[in-house]
Amino acid sequence: MILLLIPAALFFTAFFILPMARLFLVGGSGASGWAAYAALLTDAGHFNALLATLGVAAATTAATLLISGIAGVFLQRHKFPGNATLVAMMTLPLAFPGVVIGFMVIMLAGRQGLIGTISEALTGDKLVFAYSLFGLFMGYVYFSIPRTILTVMSATEKLDPKLEEAARSLGASRWRVVVDVIVPGLKPAFISAGAICFATAVGAFGTAFTLATRINVLPMVIYTEFTLSANIALAAALSFILGAVTWLVLTLARTAAGSTVAAAG
Amino acid sequence: MKKIMFTLQLAFTLAVCAFLVVPVVLSVLAGLTVNYFDGLSSGLTLRWVVEVWNGYRDTIFLSLGIAFACLATTLLLGVPTAYVLARSRNRLARVIEELLVLPIAMPGLATALALIVTYGAWGGFRTSWVFILIGHVLFTLPFMVRSVLAVLGAIDLATLEEGAASLGAGFARRFFDIVLPNCRNGILAGSLMVVTLSMGEFNMTWLLHTPLTKTLPVGLADAYASLRLEIGSAYTLIFFLMIVPLLLAMQAATRPRPKRFIADDAADPLLAESKS
Repeated sequence: MILLLIPAALFFTAFFILPMARLFLVGGSGASGWAAYAALLTDAGHFNALLATLGVAAATTAATLLISGIAGVFLQRHKFPGNATLVAMMTLPLAFPGVVIGFMVIMLAGRQGLIGTISEALTGDKLVFAYSLFGLFMGYVYFSIPRTILTVMSATEKLDPKLEEAARSLGASRWRVVVDVIVPGLKPAFISAGAICFATAVGAFGTAFTLATRINVLPMVIYTEFTLSANIALAAALSFILGAVTWLVLTLARTAAGSTVAAAG
Repeated sequence: MKKIMFTLQLAFTLAVCAFLVVPVVLSVLAGLTVNYFDGLSSGLTLRWVVEVWNGYRDTIFLSLGIAFACLATTLLLGVPTAYVLARSRNRLARVIEELLVLPIAMPGLATALALIVTYGAWGGFRTSWVFILIGHVLFTLPFMVRSVLAVLGAIDLATLEEGAASLGAGFARRFFDIVLPNCRNGILAGSLMVVTLSMGEFNMTWLLHTPLTKTLPVGLADAYASLRLEIGSAYTLIFFLMIVPLLLAMQAATRPRPKRFIADDAADPLLAESKS
C-alpha cells in the first residue's frame, strides 16, 4: 500500500524539497554571504518594507475579522428571504486572483474610479487612493472577507443560542452577550481565519503588482531585487524568510485553534 | 430596540455586499461600454471583448490546458496519497500530511524562485508550459488530498475493504470498486477546486512564465498595466465568464445534502431496523 505514495513523494521531493533547500543555499551565496539573511533587519529600506508589510497585514486582519464577524453572525442567525442570495453574492469573489482584486480596487478608488467620481461631484476634490498602501489594504480586505464570512457562519451555526438566552435572562446587556458569550465562542474560528488573512496579506503579490510597483511591501521588494537588480541571492534570502514567517503564523494559529489552517490565493 | 438592531445589522451587511459586488458590476459595464470615461451614454459595444479575444485568445487556451493537465496530475498523485493517509493513521502519515500543506503556506513567489534557481538552467524545460504546470500542481495538490481525505475519513473504509477482501476481491478490484466510488464527492469537490485555483494562479505563474507561455492571469496583469481600462475590463469579463460557473458548481458540490443520508439510511434495512 505504501507503494502508492511513491509518485507523489518523488514529485514532492524533486519539485519542492530540493528547490527549497537550493533556495536556502542560494540565499547565502551572494556578495554579502549569509549576511543576506539579516538584510531585513540591517538594511533600512528593507526594514521599512518589513514594517509596512506587517502593518498592512495586521490592519487587514483586524478589519476583516470585525466586518466578517458582524456580517457573518447576522447572516447565520437571521434567515430572512434573500439571505441565500446575499451569501452567494458575498462569496463570489472567493475565486478571484490577486491581480483581479487589484483591478477591483482600481474600479473603486482608481483614477476613473467610483469613489473619485462621487467625491468630485460632492466636494470638487477627486479622491484617488488605489495606488497607495491604503489601496493595497482595501484589496486585501476585499480578498479576505468572503472566506472569513464563510468560516464565521459555520462557526456560528455550532454556537448554542441557549447560552445567549441564559446570559440575557440573567440580565446581561446585548453588548455583554457579544463580548462574553459570542466572541469567546467564535474564538477558534477567528484565530484560524485571522491567520489566513495575515498570511495572505504578507505573502500575496498579485494585488500589489496590479496597483503599483511603487508600493513598498516585501513581495514587491523581492520581485524588484530579482528582476530589476538581478540580485538573486538577496531575493532568495528574503523569500525564504517570508515563507518561514507565513508558515510560522499558520502553524501557531493551528496550535492555538486546534484545527486545520491553510492559506490560499 | 430589537428591530433597530436588526435594521442596523442588515444595513451593514448590505454595505459589505455592495463593497464586494459593485466593483464587479462596474468592471463588467466598463468592458461593454464604448467609452467608460463618458459613461454608459456613449453606448454599449462588444468591440473590446472582440479585441481581447483576438489579442489574448492564446492565454485563455493555455490556461484551460494547464488547468486540465493540473487536474489530471493531481488526481493521479493525490487520490492514492489520500487513500494511504486515510488507511494508515500513524505518526508518519501525520508528518506527510503536514509536509503536503507546506506549498500552500509558502508564498507563491518563494516557491517560484526556488523552482527557477533549481531548474532554470534547463533551457527546454524552463521555456515549456510544463514548468508552469509543476508550480500549479504543487499549489493545488494539497487541496485535492484534503478534499478526498475529508470524505474518506468520514466512512469506515477498513470494514468495507475487509468485507470485499473476504469475498475474494484483490487490491486493484477493491481500489476501483470500493474506494473510488466512495470518495466520488470528495474527488468532485477537489477537482473543481483544483481547476479554479489553477485558472486564477498568478503569484507563481508571473515568475514562471515566459513570453511564449502566458496564462490568463498573466495576460490580465499585462492588460491592466498597459492597455486602456475598457480592454482590461473586457478581459476581466471573459475571466469571470470562465470562473463563475466553476465557483457556482463548487458551492453546489460542497453544500451538505442531509436528505440523502436519511434516504440512504432508509434504504439500508439494518440501519432502518436499528432506528425503529
